[in-house]
Amino acid sequence: MPSLLILIPLFGIMILNLPFRRLMHKAAFWFAFALCMIQIALAIHHYPLFWGYELVQLDSFFRINFSLDHLSFVMLLCIGIVTLATLLVTRHTVFDEKERFKFINLLIITSIGMNGIVTVRDIFSLYVFLEITAIASFVLIAFEKDVYGLEGAFKYMMLSAVASVMILSSIALILLVAPSTSFSAIHDAVRQSADSKLIILAMGIFLSGLLIKGGLVPFHGWLPDAYTAAPSAVSVLLAGIVTKAAGIYTIIRVVGSIFGFTDTVKAILLALGAISVIVGALAALGQNDFKRMLAYSSISQVGYIILGFATGTPLGIAGAVFHIFNHSIFKSLLFVNAAAVEAEAGTSDMDKMGGLAAKMPYTGITSLIGMLSAGGMPPLAGFWSKFIIIIALWQSGNHTYCVIAALAGVLTLAYLLVMQRKVFFGKLREGMQDLQEAHAGVVAAAIILAAITIGVGLLFPAVFKAFAEPVKELLIK
Amino acid sequence: MQLNLLLLVVMLGAALWTVMGRSLLKAAIGLAITSAVITILMFRLDSPLAAVFELSVCTGLITVVFVSTISLTKPLTHKEIIELSKDRIKRFWYLPVIVAVVALALILIKVKNDLVPAESAWELFKDVKSVLWNFRQLDMFGQIIVLIIGALGVSILFEERRRDEW
Repeated sequence: MPSLLILIPLFGIMILNLPFRRLMHKAAFWFAFALCMIQIALAIHHYPLFWGYELVQLDSFFRINFSLDHLSFVMLLCIGIVTLATLLVTRHTVFDEKERFKFINLLIITSIGMNGIVTVRDIFSLYVFLEITAIASFVLIAFEKDVYGLEGAFKYMMLSAVASVMILSSIALILLVAPSTSFSAIHDAVRQSADSKLIILAMGIFLSGLLIKGGLVPFHGWLPDAYTAAPSAVSVLLAGIVTKAAGIYTIIRVVGSIFGFTDTVKAILLALGAISVIVGALAALGQNDFKRMLAYSSISQVGYIILGFATGTPLGIAGAVFHIFNHSIFKSLLFVNAAAVEAEAGTSDMDKMGGLAAKMPYTGITSLIGMLSAGGMPPLAGFWSKFIIIIALWQSGNHTYCVIAALAGVLTLAYLLVMQRKVFFGKLREGMQDLQEAHAGVVAAAIILAAITIGVGLLFPAVFKAFAEPVKELLIK
Repeated sequence: MQLNLLLLVVMLGAALWTVMGRSLLKAAIGLAITSAVITILMFRLDSPLAAVFELSVCTGLITVVFVSTISLTKPLTHKEIIELSKDRIKRFWYLPVIVAVVALALILIKVKNDLVPAESAWELFKDVKSVLWNFRQLDMFGQIIVLIIGALGVSILFEERRRDEW
C-alpha cells in the first residue's frame, strides 16, 4: 500500500483541478489537511493492515518498487507534520484564495516527491522523485515573484542542476556494473567492484550531489538565500523537511543500503559534518535577519546529523535519525515563529524589533521552547538527540569531533539567545505598540510543534525505543 | 574515438557560446547546436533511443519554444547589448578556464576502466515501448507530475504579468 502515498495525492490534485473551481478552492485546504493527518497517523502506528496489504494489480501496473522500513516511517512522519504546519501557516500568509489554491497544489506535489524519495528502492526512481521535489520547490520559493524570491529560486535551481548532473553521471557509471537499477542489485554489484577507481569516483560524485541538496558546507551557497527569500510558509517547508528528505535522508539511505560504510566515507562525512557545525554556528552569530540566522543554524544542525551518522555505529545512526526528527520539529517551529513575526512586524530585521513577547505571548513562548530545544537544553527533544550523537562520537573513538560537537552546542545556544533577546525580550520598540498576536492558525501550528518538542523530550525513552532505535539494526544489516 | 573527441570539443564550444554570448536568440541557437552534437554523440555511442529523445525534445521542441518566446520580447538597443556583453564576460570569464582545467585533469588522471561488466538485462531495454511501458512506468508517472508542476509554475509566475500587459 505505500504506493497510495503517491497515487492518492496525485489523483486528488487532478480532481481538484477539474471544473467547479470555486468549490475546489475551498476543498483543497481540507484535502491537504486530511492527507497530512492520515499520513501522520499511519506513520505513527505502522498499521500492518494498511502497510502490509498488497495492491497487486496497481503495483504491477506501475512497476512500483516501494518498500518501507523504520527509517522510512520516521521520514514519513516528519513529512506529514511539517507539511501540516506549512499548510496552517499558508492559510494565514497567502491571502488570495486563487493563489493559495495553487500554493496548496504545489505543496501536495512536494510531499508526493518526498514520499517517493523515502519509499522507493530504485536508484533512477529516487532521482525522479528528487527532481519532482526540487522543481516544485523552485516554484514555491519564487511564489511571490519578488526580486529576492526569484534570485533565491535561481540560485537553488542552478546548484540543484549541478547536483542532478552529478547524481545522473554517477548512476550512469554505476550502471556499467549493475544488472538493474534496484538498490539491492547495485549494492551487490558495487561490492564486487569495490576496489574499482571508477566506482569510487561514482560514489564520490553521487555523495557530492547529495551534499549540495543537503546544504552542507562547502556546498551550502544556495541555502541561506533560498530560505530567506522564500515566502514564510515555504521557509518552514524547506528548513523543516525538504533539504532533509532530498539531501540528508538520501545520503543515509545511499550509504547505508548501497555503498556501505568505508573508512574513507566515514572520514569525509565526519570532516564535512564538523565543518558545517562550526561554520553554520559562527555564520548564524553574525546575522541580523531572523530567517537568515535560522538558515545558517540549519546548516549547523544538519552537521550534527552527519556527524552522528558518520560514526557508523548503531547508536550514532539512531541518534542521527532522531536528530532529523527533532530538527524537523524545532526548526519548523522557529520558522513558523519567524513567519508570525514577519507578518505582524513587517520585517525580519532583528535590529528593528524588541519586546515582541509582550504583544505576541504565544509566539514568544513557543519560540523560547524551540530555541532551547535547538540549543540542546534538557529535557527537551533536541537535548537527547545531540546527547546521543556526542556519546556515539566518543564511543567510536572520534574524540576531537566529540569535543567540537559539544563546544558548538554552546555557540548554538549563544546565537539563539541573542535572537530571543533581540526579538522577544526587553522593552517594546517604538512603533510596535499596535502589534497583535499572530493568526490563530499560525499560533496553532506553533503550539502543536512546541508540544511535540516537549512531549518527545519527556517521553524520550519510549519514543527513542519505538522509532529511532530500530533504524540502527536495519542500516547495520 | 578521434571523431568523438572532436564532437566533444564542438559541443563544449557551443555550450560556452550559449552561456557567454550577448544575444538571447543566438544563445537559443547555441543550445540547439549543443543538443544536436549530443544527439550525434549518442548515436555514435550506441544509444539511439536517447538520441531520438534529445533530437526531438531538446534540439527541436525546446528551441522552437525558446525562439517563439524570444520573438515576443522587446529587443535591446545596440548600446544595451554591448554593456550586457561586457558585464557577462566579466562575470563568466572563469567558465572556459574551469572547462579547460577539468578537461586537462581528466586527460592526465586517466581513470582505468577496471569494472566487472554486469550480466545485464539491458538488451531488453532497447525497445522503446518496453522501456517506457513495461519497465519504467513509475518514472513516466514522475514525468507526468513534472509536467503538472510546469503548468502550475507557468500559471503562477507569468499570470500576473500577462494580466498587466493586457
